Amino acid sequence: MYGYAGKILRIDLINQSIKVEDLNAEWAKKYIGGRGLASKYLFEEIDPKVDPFSPDNKLIITTGPLTGTSVPTGGRYMVVTKSPLTEAIACSNSGGFFGAELKAAGYDMIILEGKASKPVYIAIEDDKVEIKDAAHLWGKLVYETTDLLKQKYGNKAKVLAIGPAGEKLVRIAAVMNDYDRAAGRSGVGAVMGSKNVKAIVAKGSKGVSVADEQKVKDVVASKIKIIRENPVTGEGLPAYGTAILVNIINEHGIFPVANFQRAYTPEADKISGETMAKTILTKKHACFRCPIACGRVVRLKDGKEVGGPEYETVWSYGANCEVYDLNAISEANYWCNQYGLDTISTGATIAAAMELYQRGYIKDDEIDKDGISLKFGDPEAIVGWTIKIGKREGLGDKMAEGSYRLCEAYGAPHLSMSVKKLELPAYDPRGVQGHGLVYATANRGGCHVRGYLISAEILGIPQKLDRFSTEGKAEWAKIFQDLTAVIDSLGMCLFTSFALGLKDYVDLMNAVCGTDYTEETLLAAGEKIYNLERLFNLKAGIDPSQDTLPKRLIEEPISEGPSKGVVHKLSDLLPKYYEVRGWDEKGYPKEETLKRLEV
Amino acid sequence: MIKVKLFATLREGRANEIDFEFFPGINGRFILEKLGIPEKQVSIFLVNGRDYSLDEPISDGDVIAIFPPVGGG
Repeated sequence: MYGYAGKILRIDLINQSIKVEDLNAEWAKKYIGGRGLASKYLFEEIDPKVDPFSPDNKLIITTGPLTGTSVPTGGRYMVVTKSPLTEAIACSNSGGFFGAELKAAGYDMIILEGKASKPVYIAIEDDKVEIKDAAHLWGKLVYETTDLLKQKYGNKAKVLAIGPAGEKLVRIAAVMNDYDRAAGRSGVGAVMGSKNVKAIVAKGSKGVSVADEQKVKDVVASKIKIIRENPVTGEGLPAYGTAILVNIINEHGIFPVANFQRAYTPEADKISGETMAKTILTKKHACFRCPIACGRVVRLKDGKEVGGPEYETVWSYGANCEVYDLNAISEANYWCNQYGLDTISTGATIAAAMELYQRGYIKDDEIDKDGISLKFGDPEAIVGWTIKIGKREGLGDKMAEGSYRLCEAYGAPHLSMSVKKLELPAYDPRGVQGHGLVYATANRGGCHVRGYLISAEILGIPQKLDRFSTEGKAEWAKIFQDLTAVIDSLGMCLFTSFALGLKDYVDLMNAVCGTDYTEETLLAAGEKIYNLERLFNLKAGIDPSQDTLPKRLIEEPISEGPSKGVVHKLSDLLPKYYEVRGWDEKGYPKEETLKRLEV
Repeated sequence: MIKVKLFATLREGRANEIDFEFFPGINGRFILEKLGIPEKQVSIFLVNGRDYSLDEPISDGDVIAIFPPVGGG
């Protein structure tokens, strides 16, 4: 097999056994790799009804067929498991260098099974794989854990680790790699913690073999040229990072403020990508083989130079908590990386707690002993609560359950701005109808990177759609969702899709793997993956009634700003979406659809 | 008065915000020309948060936001 390493590392943590298996080539053909193929393994190997923290849940760390090759942005890996936050299928995606290193060591995928009796880490140096005692690492922050393992295994070794949040089963914990890259969403870090696995070290010398080296060289050069010449991936993202979106989204009046109570703020420019570039930015950071380099490095007030916040984080801690202070936001981001927390869910959960406080559900006497305020706008609060969540201390222990369980505990689940218990990201769906449909139907819950319709509805890529209209949005949502499943499964970064189209991904896949995908068959594989994830969720008990949005976004019009007066028209969109998907009117995939897709 | 807000690379060599005197018929094309911004550098042209074509007349008191091609997530 070209592109693929062709091997899976299966680690039974109960019996401490390590097995190397051949990758199922037939499944790889149908489900590509990465997100798709790992979902197939998870679907076949666990009962979707399993308790996410039970040893019977599995944690799959997977690369795609293009991971570790010369393909631009080909450094992605994914963590696939049953989520303890949503109880749906989770697939969290990260860049950095770990994925490429794992592939170079000769593995497409690691499947972690069971639960170790005491903390361990896994060391992979090509064919030498060991389960090692992690007693000295348990409880340590991500940077120190990474430093200690790099000291032992050398600087070339790449480290994936959880922080204290994952150890303490914080339901919004991330799996971190290369210090500050995160497989952030859905609480995958807590599943790793539940298995008593602190870290995975990878060091590889094997490389990846490709079908036709000259062809790969030519195709890769032509795609890099497209990416570099595109104004978004060649200029905007490198210069300003993803936080370039702050002003754009705010000027459209869909920048959620104070836990989605408003959707515009006159203070946005204080935390924009433009302001970051002029103030705290020290340099840019690129992941493995990435010509875009959207990553930021910033200097905190105390002099520390650390990974900077991206757009979602600038929003979740910024406008969503009404903190217009880039230093405080960057510090909160830093502690998320250290404790191993998802910055979207953590910031959004703090914002939800602030609204609970604002409305009197949380009283002063409950937080007095924490010594941190819960007032919107307090820069110390976003940093303080982040650390409390990471440690599960005080009210942070309740917040560690995520915004839905937090709000539910106070009898106010409607104040959780989440879908399927996953906190919504930085775009108010009331002013972007298609994007809201994607939130409601995304298989991992309220997520923006399962079909980024902001691209069409706001940025005009690949074409401009009327953001307030529902017309054609069901069809667009399906295409974006299916294409995203393809890009994730290949092991490439979604940001390439600002410049590349389906045909480009087909070219890259075929050149590397020697396959004969067409645009039609590759997109069909994306559709197959999407339906498989849906089936997992249905079997897990996530019924279609959860294809919804928070009541606020469906019933209350936006109160002010450029999108004033609109609500999300989900009930107009959903029936059409189910029809376009080939699902019945209740949202279950029809027999004939599954047959057509050979799921 | 019309307030024009510039973002990202369009701020290079220009102020972040510029006020224009209103006159009947003033439109995006006129404003871009006055600011020396080539049309191809403009990806999003908003009037009060809504997409406008460069030929549509702008009203007194409108707020305009102009962006080059950008993306993120």
